[in-house]
Amino acid sequence: MIALTAFYLFATVTIASAVLVIFARNPVHSVLWLILAFFNAAGLMLIAGAEFIALLLVIVYVGAVAVLFLFVVMMLDIDFAELRSGFTKNLPFGILIALVLLAEVIFAESAHQEGPALSGAPVPEATQPNIVALGQVLYSRFLYPFEIAGLILLVAMIGSIVLTHRKRGDLRTPKVDRQVKRRPEDAVKLSRPGVGEGVKI
Amino acid sequence: MITLGHYLTVGAILFVLGVLGIFINRRNVILILMAIELILLAVNINLVAFSAFLGDIVGQIMAMFVLTVAAAEAAIGLAILVIFFRRRGSIAVDDVNRMHG
Repeated sequence: MIALTAFYLFATVTIASAVLVIFARNPVHSVLWLILAFFNAAGLMLIAGAEFIALLLVIVYVGAVAVLFLFVVMMLDIDFAELRSGFTKNLPFGILIALVLLAEVIFAESAHQEGPALSGAPVPEATQPNIVALGQVLYSRFLYPFEIAGLILLVAMIGSIVLTHRKRGDLRTPKVDRQVKRRPEDAVKLSRPGVGEGVKI
Repeated sequence: MITLGHYLTVGAILFVLGVLGIFINRRNVILILMAIELILLAVNINLVAFSAFLGDIVGQIMAMFVLTVAAAEAAIGLAILVIFFRRRGSIAVDDVNRMHG
């Protein structure tokens, strides 16, 4: 009973927040509604018993990705009015397409020839804690994708830094290759001036 | 009694809302990126729901990898947006095709 109420609460708030993400006027509000949608989706996953993924959603998606969105939205000086000019023109057709897509997806899901998953059977009880089950599979069967996921994150990090890096004009950073290439005969010149003559530099 | 169909319906509605968001807000890149995040959230809900109702942990592993790649893609997308904005002064992407040589 409580699970049912919680499910409907989380589901309603998730969908309402998602609608407001799209239709909010201010992009900062959109990001905040997105954060609320993520929190409620994490709640939905908690009800299903996937607590690790739920907390991962909160920590990674909300804590990193949504905060990054917020930083970028607040940093860019965006003219909102100009960006919404195509909004009312596209809206009726967009809603029509969305309804057709929704009808297709729900029709596909409610097909009665589905296997045991959709037959309304209750959730099978977990024999071990969620994170134990994840750990047993992640580091044995899925070790290769795990390492590649780490590589993907590394490449994304390097890519972002390379893309947005700006050289500052007033810094005098050392040019290491020039320093290493320097030879003693380039550095010091032995000149033997006569008595009373100066040295020409 | 919460069945799998409930979760799938929520996922479907979120997915459709994401697609609608991309369709409507085509000038605003940040809203497009947020709509893509909504789509990925819908996929994650679907994966986790199937994993829970079938008792198979692989669905959650897949959801974790989807999360990883979504985070990487959001970072790169926002970096591209930032340098686009530096060049252009606005984030209207209707005129992106003027960048061709």
